[in-house]
Amino acid sequence: MTTMTDPHRESFRLSMLLYDSRYRSMTIQIVALIGFLTLIGWLFNNTAQNLADLGKEPSFRFLGEAAGYDINQMLVEYNNQDTHLRAAFVGVLNTLLVAVLGCLAATIVGVLIGVLRLSNNWIVSRLMTIYVEMFRNVPVLLWIVFTMAVLIETLPAPRDFRGDDPSATMYLWDTVAFTNRGFYIPEPLFTRSLGDIHLFGDAMLRFNLSLDLIAIASTLLAGILISGLFKKRADRVQEATGLRPKTWYWRLGVVFLPTIAVLMILGLNWGHPELKGFNFQGGTYMRNSLIALWLALSLYTAAFIAEIVRGGILAISKGQTEAAAALGLRNRRIMSLVILPQALRVIIPPLISQYLNLTKNSSLAIAVGYMDLTGTLMGITANQTGRELETVLIGMLIYLTISLAISAVMNAYNNRVKLRER
Amino acid sequence: MENTSFVRTEMLPETEPPRSTTGVLGWIRDNLFNGVLNSILTILSLAFIYYLLSMLLPWSISPTWGAKSLNECREILGATGREHGGACWGVINERWSQILYGFYPEELRWRPTLTFFLLFVAMIPILFNMISRRMNWLLLVLVLFGASFAVENSALMVVVKIVLGLSLAYLAYTVVKTDRDDRAEQIKEGAKRLPNPLYFTAIYVFLMPWLLWGGSIWSPVAAALGFLVGWLAFRLLAPIAGNLASLILAVIAAGVWWLLLIGPFTGLMNGLAPIGLIPVESRLFGGMLLSLTIGVVAIAASLPLGIVLALGRKSDLLIVKWLSVGFIEFIRGVPLITLLFVASMLLNIFMPPGTDFDIILRVIIMATLFASAYMAEVVRGGLAALPTGQYEAADALGLDYWKAQRLVIMPQALKISIPGIVSTFIGLFKDTTLVSIIGLLDPIGLSSTIRADLAWNGIVWELYGFIALLFFIFTFLMSRYSMYLERRLRTDHS
Repeated sequence: MTTMTDPHRESFRLSMLLYDSRYRSMTIQIVALIGFLTLIGWLFNNTAQNLADLGKEPSFRFLGEAAGYDINQMLVEYNNQDTHLRAAFVGVLNTLLVAVLGCLAATIVGVLIGVLRLSNNWIVSRLMTIYVEMFRNVPVLLWIVFTMAVLIETLPAPRDFRGDDPSATMYLWDTVAFTNRGFYIPEPLFTRSLGDIHLFGDAMLRFNLSLDLIAIASTLLAGILISGLFKKRADRVQEATGLRPKTWYWRLGVVFLPTIAVLMILGLNWGHPELKGFNFQGGTYMRNSLIALWLALSLYTAAFIAEIVRGGILAISKGQTEAAAALGLRNRRIMSLVILPQALRVIIPPLISQYLNLTKNSSLAIAVGYMDLTGTLMGITANQTGRELETVLIGMLIYLTISLAISAVMNAYNNRVKLRER
Repeated sequence: MENTSFVRTEMLPETEPPRSTTGVLGWIRDNLFNGVLNSILTILSLAFIYYLLSMLLPWSISPTWGAKSLNECREILGATGREHGGACWGVINERWSQILYGFYPEELRWRPTLTFFLLFVAMIPILFNMISRRMNWLLLVLVLFGASFAVENSALMVVVKIVLGLSLAYLAYTVVKTDRDDRAEQIKEGAKRLPNPLYFTAIYVFLMPWLLWGGSIWSPVAAALGFLVGWLAFRLLAPIAGNLASLILAVIAAGVWWLLLIGPFTGLMNGLAPIGLIPVESRLFGGMLLSLTIGVVAIAASLPLGIVLALGRKSDLLIVKWLSVGFIEFIRGVPLITLLFVASMLLNIFMPPGTDFDIILRVIIMATLFASAYMAEVVRGGLAALPTGQYEAADALGLDYWKAQRLVIMPQALKISIPGIVSTFIGLFKDTTLVSIIGLLDPIGLSSTIRADLAWNGIVWELYGFIALLFFIFTFLMSRYSMYLERRLRTDHS
C-alpha cells in the first residue's frame, strides 16, 4: 500500500548543514576555504613577525645591486659588476642550455635503447635491460657526482699535452681535447661575419644575437618548409595517379644546398683549440660541470625514455602488424606507417613528463658547481644578500614558468597527434 | 594417355628436426645469429662484454682490503707488480659503517639496526598475505632475541633474554608441530588465534622514532595515547551524537590531548617512571640510516595524502578541487631541491617565532608533500581508468561517498596504479639523496667528506660503486615487489 505524499517540509535546522546532502557540500567547501585562508594568514603572520624580528623587511631591491661574483660558464656577457638580476638571468639561460642539450641526447639514446631492448637478439636485449635497470635504480644525483669525479680523476690535465713526448693526445686530427678541466672542441668562425645585434639596450635581459646564426637558421628553416611543399605535392600526385614521384633528392637539395651556400658566403672556418702555455686557447670550452651534468642527466633520463618507448611499441597490438603485413607492406613501412604513428600517441604524454623531470633535475647542477638558476639566484645570491625568502620565491616561480611552458608546448603537440575520436 | 604424375602411396616416417634448429645450436641460431645485422650486433656485444670483464675482473680482485689510505693501496699494488692498477677496497673496509650509519654513536648502533629489522617485521603483514600470524610473531621475537645480545649485559637483560628465548622456542615448536591445514581446522573449532600482527605495525609507528632518536619513552606513548583518546571519544559519543558529529568531536578531543595535555602527562610520567633511551641528535644521523629514515616515513605518509589529493582533484566540490589542483601543479612544477631549500632555510620562518623543529623532520615534511603531489597524479590516473559503471553501481547499491571509495573504487583504482605508485616510491627514495645539497650527511654527502679526507683523496669507483649498490638493492627489491603484487592481484584470466 503506497501513497504519494509531498515530502514533509522541514524548516531549516542547524544539523542539516552536516547531515543533509543538499547543504553538506557547501559546509565542507566553506570549512575548507576558511581552513585554507586561516593557514595562509597564519603563515603570513608568522613570516612577517619572524622577518621583523630578524630585521629583514621583505624587499626585492637587492636584485638591482651589483652581484659581485663571477660565473664561470655563461651564454651572455656578464661580469661581477652586473646586478643580481642579471646573474639570475645567466643562471636561467644555463638551466635552459643543459635542459635542451639533455632532452635531445636523452631522446636519441632512449629511443635507441628502447628499440634495441625489443630486439630479438637475446644478448642485445639483455644488455639493454641491464643498462635500464642500472640507471633507473641508482639516484641521479649519484650519477652526476660520480660522472664529475670520473672526469676529474681519470682525464689528463692540460699540462699533460705539453712537451715533445706528451702523455696525453688530442683526438680527431688534433681538434678535440678532453682534459680534466673540460672539453675543448672546435668553434665555428666566420671571416665575413655579419656581426651581432644587441637586443634590449642596457636592460637586464640584454643579449647579443649573432646575425650569422640567424641567417643560417632561417635558411635551414626555409629549406625545410620548401621540402615540406615537395612532400605535399608528392602526396597530391600519389593520390591522383597512384604513383609517387621520386622527390628525395630534391628535398635533400633544398634543405642542405642553400644552407651550405650561406655557410660558404659567410666564410665558415673552424677555430681549433691549441695548447698555449698551461692551458688550451681557442675553440669552444665546455666545462666539466656542464659535461658531467649533461651526460648524467641524459643517460639517466634515457633509461626512463627507453622504457616508455618500449612500452609504447608493445602497446600496439600484434593485429596491427599482421594487418599491415597482410596489406603487403614491408617491415620498414609497417614500422613507419602503422606502428610508430600509433605508438607515438602512447609515448608522448609520459615523454613530456620525462622532459619536465630532466629540466627539474638540472637544478642538481649545484652539486657539481654548474651555475644554473639554483646555483646563482638560490645559491650565491641568497647567501650573499641573506634574502632566502625572496630568492627561493623567485626561483620557484621561474621553474614553475619553465615547467608550465614545456607542458603547454608539449600538450599542444600531443593534441595535434591525438586520435580524433567522434 | 598414360598417367605420369607420381602419387606417393605411403607416408614418410617422421624424422628428427634438423640439428641446426634444435637444442643449444638452434637457440643460438634463432636468438643470436638470425640475419646479418643481428650477427654483427651479437659479435659487437660479445666483444663489449669481453672488454668490460677483462677490465673489471682483474681490477676488482685486488688485495687491498686492509689498506688505510689510497697511497697504501698503491704501494700494495705496486709490490705485487700490477701494471693496470686495481681497486682500493680499503676505503670500503674503513668507512662502510659510516656510510651505513653516519656519525650515529657506535655503541648505540644496535638501535637503528633493530629498527631496520623490525621495519620488515612490521611491513610483512601489509606486504605479503601468505605469511601466517605465528610466523610473523616468531620473526618479531627472533629479531628482538637477536637484538638483546647487542645490548649491554645486565640482570634485567638476562631475564629479557630468557623470556624471549623461551617464547621463541615455544613459537618455533608450534610452527613446526602444526601445519597450516591443522591450524585452520583448530581455528574453525574455536581455538584461540594469536593477535593480529598489524597491532605491532601500529606500535612500530611510535617505536621507530623512539628507537632512533631515543629520549623518554613517555613521549611516543603520549602521542599514541592521542589516538586512543580520539577513538574512545568516538566510541562513547557515537550512540549519542551520531557518526559524523562524534567523528568531528573525536578529532577535537585528540587535538586537545596532543596540544594541551601531552606536556603535563609526559612530565608526570617521567617523574614517576623515568624510562628512556640515550637521546641521539639529528645531526649525528647520516648515511643509509638517514636515507632510509626519510624515505620510509615520507613513503608511508605520501600515499594517504596523495589519495586524499587525488580525490580532492576529482571532487565535485569546486573549492576543494581548485585547492587540490593548485597544490599538485605547484609542487610538480618546481624541483625538489627548491622545496628542500624551503625546508632548510624558510620553514622555521613560517612557524611561530621561537619554534625550532628538527631538520630531519622538516625535510621529511617537504619530501612527503613533494611525493604526495606525484602520488595524487598516479592515483588520479587509476581513478580515471575505472569505467563510470563502477561509480554508478556503487551509487546504485546505496553506498555513501566514503563507503563507495573504500569498498568499490579504491581497491580497483589502486590496483591499476600499483606500478605508478611503486615507481613514485622508488623515485622518492632515490630523491632522499638530495638532502646532501642542504648539508645533511646522506651517503652522497658522506662520499664528499670521504673524498675530501687526505687519505682517500682521489678515490672514485669503489666508493660510488658501493653507494650505488646499496641504493640498487633497495630500489630493485621495490620494483620486483611491485611486479609480484601485480601478479598477485591480477583477476583476469590471461
